[in-house]
Amino acid sequence: MPEKVTLVVFSGEMDKVLAAFNIAIGAASMGMEVSMFFTFWGLNIIKKNEGSIKNRGMMRKMLNLMNRGGSHRLPLSRFHMFGLGKWMMSKLMRDAKFPTVDELIATAKEAGVKFIACTNTMGVMGLSRDAFIPEVDGFGGVATYLAEAKEGRVNLFV
Amino acid sequence: MKADATLDCIGLYCPMPIYNTAKKLKELKPGQVLEVLADDEGIKADMPAWCRSTGNELLGIDEEKGQYKAYVRKAKKEV
Repeated sequence: MPEKVTLVVFSGEMDKVLAAFNIAIGAASMGMEVSMFFTFWGLNIIKKNEGSIKNRGMMRKMLNLMNRGGSHRLPLSRFHMFGLGKWMMSKLMRDAKFPTVDELIATAKEAGVKFIACTNTMGVMGLSRDAFIPEVDGFGGVATYLAEAKEGRVNLFV
Repeated sequence: MKADATLDCIGLYCPMPIYNTAKKLKELKPGQVLEVLADDEGIKADMPAWCRSTGNELLGIDEEKGQYKAYVRKAKKEV
């Protein structure tokens, strides 16, 4: 049976997300079974880029306006500088032929990495399943994570 | 060293060289040798680690002017 790896992706910043995907793809390349659990700001990575995100209630509408998310809208954790830092970092990465978040999502899926969205934070933020990209394999809570993590050889929180 | 197939990973950074190696090796038969070209220095540590972990055999890594050629022999059995 293949060894399991789990990643809790809590952060929604591009730099941290790249690290999480690198580890996930690396582990899958080593024949390990990888699950990524997206929670809190991490949900932004797997939100659809296009269209609007449907929401109930004024406060949730405001939250989702300020926290729109989507793989194209992830800030940097440092030196974001209202987008200038991210633009510079993205250019450096493009010049170095480093994969984008979208490419990493596609590669991770191709490598068999499982994506799970956390229903708890979806509830708090008022997000429904149709807010997410079709690459998401499942929706679950902490028990779903722990059932995988207790068999995991490598469990990370990013 | 004679290889049965060559994989070009020049210009690619971690984790793509090992990801592509894992993918390419699936096309080869057990015992065949894959040559991996790379210019990311990480391959010097990563290819041995990947081979150790997956049970494939690393025959060697040649280094020349910042470019690396790694030779991997596919394991007899899938690990």
